[in-house]
Amino acid sequence: MSFTIATTLEEALAAVADGARPIAGGTDLVVGARHGKAPLPENLVAIDRVEGMDQVELDGDGTRIGALLSHADLMADPLIVGSYSAIADASALVGSPSTRHLGTIGGNVMNGSPAMDTGAPLLVLGARAELVRRTESSMAGRFVPLTELWVGPGQTSAAADELLVALHLPVPQERCGSAYVRLEYRRAMEIAVVGAAAGITLAEDGTIASAAVALAAVAPTILAVDGANDALGGLTPDAAGPVIAELASEQASPISDLRASDTYRRHCIGVMARRAVDAAARRAGGEQIAVPVNRAIGIGAA
Amino acid sequence: MSQYELEVNGVTYPVAADQSKNLLSVIREDVGLTGTKEGCDDCECGACMVLLDGQPVNSCSYLAIQAQGRSVTTIEGVMQGPEMHALQRNLLEAGGVQCGFCTPGMIISAHALLERDPEPDLDAVRIGLSGNLCRCTGYAKILAAVEETAVELNG
Repeated sequence: MSFTIATTLEEALAAVADGARPIAGGTDLVVGARHGKAPLPENLVAIDRVEGMDQVELDGDGTRIGALLSHADLMADPLIVGSYSAIADASALVGSPSTRHLGTIGGNVMNGSPAMDTGAPLLVLGARAELVRRTESSMAGRFVPLTELWVGPGQTSAAADELLVALHLPVPQERCGSAYVRLEYRRAMEIAVVGAAAGITLAEDGTIASAAVALAAVAPTILAVDGANDALGGLTPDAAGPVIAELASEQASPISDLRASDTYRRHCIGVMARRAVDAAARRAGGEQIAVPVNRAIGIGAA
Repeated sequence: MSQYELEVNGVTYPVAADQSKNLLSVIREDVGLTGTKEGCDDCECGACMVLLDGQPVNSCSYLAIQAQGRSVTTIEGVMQGPEMHALQRNLLEAGGVQCGFCTPGMIISAHALLERDPEPDLDAVRIGLSGNLCRCTGYAKILAAVEETAVELNG
C-alpha cells in the first residue's frame, strides 16, 4: 500500500512506472470503489498538484489543453468557450459544482466511459491525446488520436506507465462552430442518457462546408458518425437535420439499462445529433448561444 | 495504516488511518467534528460537503490522505466564533431548516457560491446548490435564505 503526492511530472511518471495508479480529482476512481465497481488500487499517486498541467495554451499548430484542467476551469475559459464551445458545453453539464471543481478533462478522457461528456466534443474537434512515459534517460511522449485511445467501455490503449498530460486541438477555421447536447432527466448529478457533439464549418453561402459528429452513450466507446462529412457537405443546416438524425440512429448500437431502453436511445440519439448540428451551425454563422447549449435551448427537466 | 497531518478549520490534526479512508470519516471519527453529515455516501446528496482550499468537495468520495497540505473547512469553521454566519441565521429565519440533515452541506455550497459570486441571481443560486439534496424538499426557503444573505452581505 502506498500513496504519494507528486508535484512534478517526473515524480508522477516515476510512480506510475513503479506500478502506482494515478488519481487526480478521484470523482470516478473513489466513487467507483465505494460502489464496488472496482477496488481502490493499492498504490496510488496523486497527480492533481503536478505543475504545468493545468493551462490552456496556444502552441505552434493549435491549442494545448492540460490534462489537469477542471471542468470548472474549462467552462469559464474564454478560448475554450469562444473557439472550442462544445467542450465548454460538456464541462458545464458535468455533475455539480463540486464534481466540476475536482473532475479533470484528463480524468474524463482516461476513465474511458462511453457516456463521458467531453469525449464527443474532443472527437469532433480533432483532439489528439499526448501520452508520456518515463524512459531510462528522461521521458518520451506520443500523440494518439482519440479514436485509437478508446478501445472499450472503461478501456484505453494507453500503457499502465503512461500518463495523459495534454490534449491537442487544431486551430479553429473561419466560420466554424461546435456544440454538445445531451438528453438528461435532471439538471445536475446526471450522466448522459445519450449525447451528441457536432463541429461544423460553413461555406460563404451558408451551406455546410465540413461536418464532424460524434455520439455518447450509444456504443462501447464514444462513436464518430461515419460519413457525416460527405452526407452533410453542401446542405443547408436545416436540410442537414433529418440526414444526420438518420445516420446517427443507424450507426448507434445502444444498450438497455436503468436509464433508457436501446430503442429509446436509438431514437433520441437522432434527435440529439440533429440539435447538435443545428446549434453548431448557428454558432458557425456567428450567433452567440450561451454555454451550455442544453440550457440555452431548453433540453432537460424544467 | 498511514500517518499524516490534516488542516481542518485552521487547526492541524495528526491522523493515523488507512489510506483508503474518506475525508468524511476522518473528519467525523478522527478529528471529531460531526457537523458534516453522511447522507448517500455516493457523491449524490451533498450532505457531506466541505470546502477544500475554498472549493466545495463531497467529502464522502474524497480520500482524506489526498487533502494533506490543503485547507479543509467544515460547517464548524463557517461559524464566526460564537456568532452564527449570516447564512445560518437566514436559513433559520426563513424556515429553511426542517429536519436539518442537509443544512451543513447546503451552507457549505452556498458559502462557496457567495465567495465566487457575491451577487448571484436565482438561477446561479440553483446551480450553486445543485449538488445538494433536501429530502424535506424545502428548497424554496433555502433559495430565499441564500438570496437574502447575498443582499445582506452586499449591504
